[in-house]
Amino acid sequence: MNSKTADRIATGVFIAIAIIIISILVGLFSYILVNGLKHISLDFLTTPSSNVRAGGGIRDQLFNSFYILFITMLIALPLGIGGGIYMAEYAKPGKITDIVRSCIEVLASLPSIVIGMFGLLMFVNLTGWGYTILGGALALTVFNLPVIVRVSEDAIRAVPSDLKEASLALGITKWHTIKTVLLPSAFPTILTGAILAAGRVFGEAAALLFTAGLSTPRLDYANWNPFSSQSPLNIFRPAETLAVHIWSVNTQGLIPDVEDVSNGSAAVLVLSVLVFNLLARWIGSMIHKKVTASK
Amino acid sequence: MAIPTLTRQVFDIKDLNLWYGDHHALKNINFPINKKEVTAIIGPSGCGKSTFIKTLNLMINMVPNVKMTGEININGQNILDKKVDLVDLRKQVGMVFQKGNPFPQSIFDNVAYGPRVHGITKKKHLDEIVIKSLMDVALWEEVKDRLNAPALGLSGGQQQRLCIARALATKPEVLLMDEPTSALDPISTLKIEEMILELKEKYTIVIVTHNMQQASRVSDKTAFFLMGELIELDSTSTIFSNPKDSRTEGYITGRFG
Repeated sequence: MNSKTADRIATGVFIAIAIIIISILVGLFSYILVNGLKHISLDFLTTPSSNVRAGGGIRDQLFNSFYILFITMLIALPLGIGGGIYMAEYAKPGKITDIVRSCIEVLASLPSIVIGMFGLLMFVNLTGWGYTILGGALALTVFNLPVIVRVSEDAIRAVPSDLKEASLALGITKWHTIKTVLLPSAFPTILTGAILAAGRVFGEAAALLFTAGLSTPRLDYANWNPFSSQSPLNIFRPAETLAVHIWSVNTQGLIPDVEDVSNGSAAVLVLSVLVFNLLARWIGSMIHKKVTASK
Repeated sequence: MAIPTLTRQVFDIKDLNLWYGDHHALKNINFPINKKEVTAIIGPSGCGKSTFIKTLNLMINMVPNVKMTGEININGQNILDKKVDLVDLRKQVGMVFQKGNPFPQSIFDNVAYGPRVHGITKKKHLDEIVIKSLMDVALWEEVKDRLNAPALGLSGGQQQRLCIARALATKPEVLLMDEPTSALDPISTLKIEEMILELKEKYTIVIVTHNMQQASRVSDKTAFFLMGELIELDSTSTIFSNPKDSRTEGYITGRFG
């Protein structure tokens, strides 16, 4: 076989692989959306779920998903970006750094159900909190941290070294250089990575089963006191998220419209994750344009 | 060569040796640098000229596994002494790099960056410094109407002059330039050379260059480096008309390098 034929075959094989991947994605999306979109209505999004009757919505689950995501990011972003700065700028090449890096990689590859079990031991039993939003957010932080550390480290390393040199040569200290030169330049990449990580957190179920629980107390959205047990803002209450809700109605739901509710919820979930991804791209490129002054 | 009197020296480098790991990159350099003169450093690639200029503000410390012996005295203080404060040293000795490297910020913020960090907060005072620095590099007329525009929107030559203004804004005594025009077109290069001749009224300048015409146009003293050694240091006119060392002559007449 001559090399031209081989080249043509290789091209054909890669196009075929691309087509397979795209058709799986398109198939998956259209299946979920075709089955789910017809159940999504304002009513569906704004009624609380029901345990026995048909016609329940996903109001609380949707709120819980966003709220847990918010709390998770509040904890994970400072830790993750700090870790990334350490790995990129302070860690000296050597054994200890290698060990830290391996730990991060192992953490990144842990199955989320294992993190859920760990969360049950640590954030539910040991602390005595029971099932809480905070416990769920901490479990998701464990799950999410390696990704954010990695993204931040790569983003900081990708800043051209001549910018760093320019700042240091002006007599600027290392920390000030990180703060005023490296972080702003790395920000678009870190933001994109964080939003993509947010998409993963938003759809996570296994790590939350044993940490944030399968139930939500009766919420009063007019109650903004974060210490009241009926307030949606209370971080020490159990909270069932959308992804967990899909799992629970399918495995133990007593309502007659299980399929409608789970299809509708799945569509909302997929659409939200899609929005996260598009948002990540859009904001990333917008900031990039702004700082580099390119058109 | 006239021996410079002590008071005219900014730098006095004595027996400087530098190793990158096992590689002996600078060998027994003795090099006085005079106040308000332009000193050009020439030599073929890999001769140690960039390494040498980076020792003068200790940017060389960013390279791992560097070892140095000898003395680099700046106004009588040896900066190879462990106690030296890098922030103070680099305020005193500014540096401009091969490629213009403005921060992804506005023109104003680029120039104001150093003074701001070093504690100048009054808007009026900052304005004065920025205007003066931009005038020093002959960029003021070109950018005065768009100080808040992103610096990365400037042309290559303007970016390089902006970087020089940024270095001048911290009021250094010495300005180090590491091949400042190697990435620029001839017209931008000419502007920078004219600017260097103006700046030497106020600053001591050390410039590394690949371009021998440039060295002869802008400098008072020229140093020729080869394989990590300082072969010859003399007034520029002597180096280019009547060099003492045959290797210097070989290099400037284009026989090697």
